Amino acid sequence: MKQLQTWGRTWGPLLAIALVAVALLMVAPAVLSPFRLNNLGKYVCWAIAGVGIGLAWGRGGMLVMGQGVFFGLGGYAMAMHLKLEAAMASGGPDAVPDFMVLYGDGTMPGWWEPFRSGAFTLAAIVVLPALVAVVLGWAIFKRRVKGAYFAILTQALAVVFATLLVATIKQTGGFNGLNQFTQFFGYNLYDPVNKRMIYSIASVALVVCLVLVWQLYRSRFGELLVATRDAEERVRFLGHDPANIKLVAFVLAAVMASIGGALFAPITGIISPSDVDATASILLIAGVALGGRALLLGPALGALAVGFGRTTLSETFPDQWTYFLGLLFIVVILFLPAGLGSMWSQALGRLRSSRPTPTRASAPTPTDELEVAR
Amino acid sequence: MDAFTTPLLAGTATGALLLIAALGLALTFGQMGVINMAHGEFLMAGAYTTYLTQQVVTSTDLSILVALPVAFLVAGALGLLLEVAIIQWMYRRPLDTLLVTVGVSLLLQQLAKDVFGAQGDPVHTPGWLDGNIDVLGYHWPFRQMFTIVLAGAALAGLGALLRYTAYGRRIRATVQNRDLAETMGVSTRAVDRVTFFVGSGLAGIGGVAVSLISGTNPNLGTTYIISAFLVVVAGGLGQLRGTVIAAFAVGVVTAFFTDWFSSSMAQVLTFALVVVFLQLRPQGLFTVRARGLA
Amino acid sequence: MNDDYLEIRGLTVEFDGFRAVDAVDLTLLQGRLHFLIGPNGAGKTTLVDAVTGLVPATGLVRHRRQDLLRTKPHRIVRAGIGRTFQTATVFEGLSVLQNLDIAGGIHRRAWRMGFARRGTPSYVEEALEIIGLASLRDRPAGVLAHGQKQWLEIGMLLVQDARVMLLDEPVAGMSTEEREETGDLLRRIGSERTIVVIEHDMDFVRTYADVVTVMHAGKVLAEGTVAEIQADPRVQQVYLGRAHEPMQEADHA
Repeated sequence: MKQLQTWGRTWGPLLAIALVAVALLMVAPAVLSPFRLNNLGKYVCWAIAGVGIGLAWGRGGMLVMGQGVFFGLGGYAMAMHLKLEAAMASGGPDAVPDFMVLYGDGTMPGWWEPFRSGAFTLAAIVVLPALVAVVLGWAIFKRRVKGAYFAILTQALAVVFATLLVATIKQTGGFNGLNQFTQFFGYNLYDPVNKRMIYSIASVALVVCLVLVWQLYRSRFGELLVATRDAEERVRFLGHDPANIKLVAFVLAAVMASIGGALFAPITGIISPSDVDATASILLIAGVALGGRALLLGPALGALAVGFGRTTLSETFPDQWTYFLGLLFIVVILFLPAGLGSMWSQALGRLRSSRPTPTRASAPTPTDELEVAR
Repeated sequence: MDAFTTPLLAGTATGALLLIAALGLALTFGQMGVINMAHGEFLMAGAYTTYLTQQVVTSTDLSILVALPVAFLVAGALGLLLEVAIIQWMYRRPLDTLLVTVGVSLLLQQLAKDVFGAQGDPVHTPGWLDGNIDVLGYHWPFRQMFTIVLAGAALAGLGALLRYTAYGRRIRATVQNRDLAETMGVSTRAVDRVTFFVGSGLAGIGGVAVSLISGTNPNLGTTYIISAFLVVVAGGLGQLRGTVIAAFAVGVVTAFFTDWFSSSMAQVLTFALVVVFLQLRPQGLFTVRARGLA
Repeated sequence: MNDDYLEIRGLTVEFDGFRAVDAVDLTLLQGRLHFLIGPNGAGKTTLVDAVTGLVPATGLVRHRRQDLLRTKPHRIVRAGIGRTFQTATVFEGLSVLQNLDIAGGIHRRAWRMGFARRGTPSYVEEALEIIGLASLRDRPAGVLAHGQKQWLEIGMLLVQDARVMLLDEPVAGMSTEEREETGDLLRRIGSERTIVVIEHDMDFVRTYADVVTVMHAGKVLAEGTVAEIQADPRVQQVYLGRAHEPMQEADHA
């Protein structure tokens, strides 16, 4: 019996991830219309970013309120490449994107040039957000800036990023963003089969991210990350620099958001400042909070639910969606800080044993920091 | 000379606006560790109060003066409501208050959109504020000077409240050591409510000033909240002078950057400056050695 | 000579002009149980804070030719200096075993951190035995008794392989039996380590101390064996000048 329990604890989560994979890759394409499937693909992109937020915020205690920035870095990097692909397909190897002719003098900024290469673009989608996260995270964590300060700074970054995008209409499309892509690495984007392929890529990416955090959460790093969240100073006196531990989680979260954004662009056919600004970042947080920030599947499933809810509610009550979102935050954080998923985990825990097992990372600790004796 | 005085004076006015907005934030953040993201919407409430007051009190010259205390009360009441209904249940979870108030902020924005419409409403400038004075080549509008006067008055009023009244002593005691204050017979719960009322009320006053400069707008809060928070972060907690210096510094610096580059570039550079500044002083300009939030 | 000792020269800690620790010289040798006593506010904990990098200080603190005052807190730990705090700070949600294991992180290469724990490393098993918590290995640390938490912390220092252990009032709030067990534990592990204990309980100090340093108002007042300290008129004055007289009290206990 005990052996079965240990087996379940180790492989149970993996089984759950497998179920998600089957649902996304086999069931959904079979039952959903191409339109709905594409919508689901959009939610999957948010879920990828959500998995990263779960890692940084749920396990690491860093409230990342500006993940839209990293979502945007990936999204815009991909969109730039797709824009150039579209331009080159119709106007030859030196063609520039249409909006530059429309709003500007038809010359392309030099930093667009490398994005003609697909390989460069793919590398940039990973390297660019990692670089930004390392620089910002280093500056913030090394100086032991944390808690609310960190949250405010990340949100400020999102505001700044969106403002910058809106202001640079000739370089980034401004308020309209980048849209009207025709091809995705040579595949025609108007062909439903290719759309479905991109959906599958996004789903696989989500599953890979989930497996990655599953391994991280069961690793010693995962334990250390939670320990850092709960008692940063104590971890320092274990001989670790908490800044490095947090940095790893923050950078991984940034790269995941970027990958989500990169797939978001071809799936929705557009990326614009409103997809990456402070409000978009908060929307990403909402799903994670709803699903359960510290759980393995909570963030992803929560993000899918919020995405689905957004579409459905916007269709039925076009103007009331914001009310729902606001209430969701209040109700979930006030009454269910560990998320909906925690109810499921608790029920499972009760099933396993009568005495309550203190789950390692189910609930966020109330106080941010342990009082070091003076 | 123009190139220097224009951003300096306009920036000072922006700084004054940021100061009024940041004072309330610094107060509630410093005392309770509560990050109120709905603070910007209290600013918005102040602006709409001005608009509504002008519908009732038709004399524009008078309406602004009526709007000031009314806006203080309206925003203060909203703050009190927020404290009683939600925040008092989660004082031990500072990061979570941040998210809950994000929810409140979304609700209030949408509410303003539904009640007043997505477009902003104009607020009339009273005659005695209509005009400007020539300062070294810059036609400094009276409205901007009025903002500075208002910030000065708010600062003086808050300073007097903290320094000379019994409540002020209790607030200071609570900021420095909540547990000790509690054992000395201070009802920190009551003190928290007063702080929230006053802090939010100040945002209402700020809203009146904002409405004179840019009218009303459902998204008005979001424009100011982040800058105000950056002011609080850079200024440090527990002392008003840090907030004052940081507010005017951010206001003036942003104005110069705007003048030299563009308003969007100014935002980027100001943000970068705050991050760099935190490298030098991670706790902000001034901090009281207290058990406050790290 | 064995350089496995801690040398403190002219250590000074200032808070806004107030000298909490004032030009302290101390040499802490391996293999002896070193006790640091003194009235409240004498600067004992601040001294430990300075040595472990928690507060900025001037002067010199040297261990194995390394200047600790120029070293970051986590590097000091890696250099073999470990400490405990007045309030036991273990990871309440983790089990006893996990607490010990997480303390062993400094022995592992960074990339190994990405793997899950398999089995129990021998040094963890050893520490479990030494601190006597082997039977409670899977118990969450949060439900341990107060004394057990202190032992767990000492166990974590063992796993960290701390050559110098700075223990801040480890027996405060313990029962008589627990104190005895703690004292014996310290003797067992002290033979090959440098151990410094901040303590108020004179009974405990008398039973276990090899060397006692008395601090007062940030300065070292006296140093010597328990007998020497008790006979020192300056020490008596410091304690007699206060409402409580721990030295006397202890004698009558």
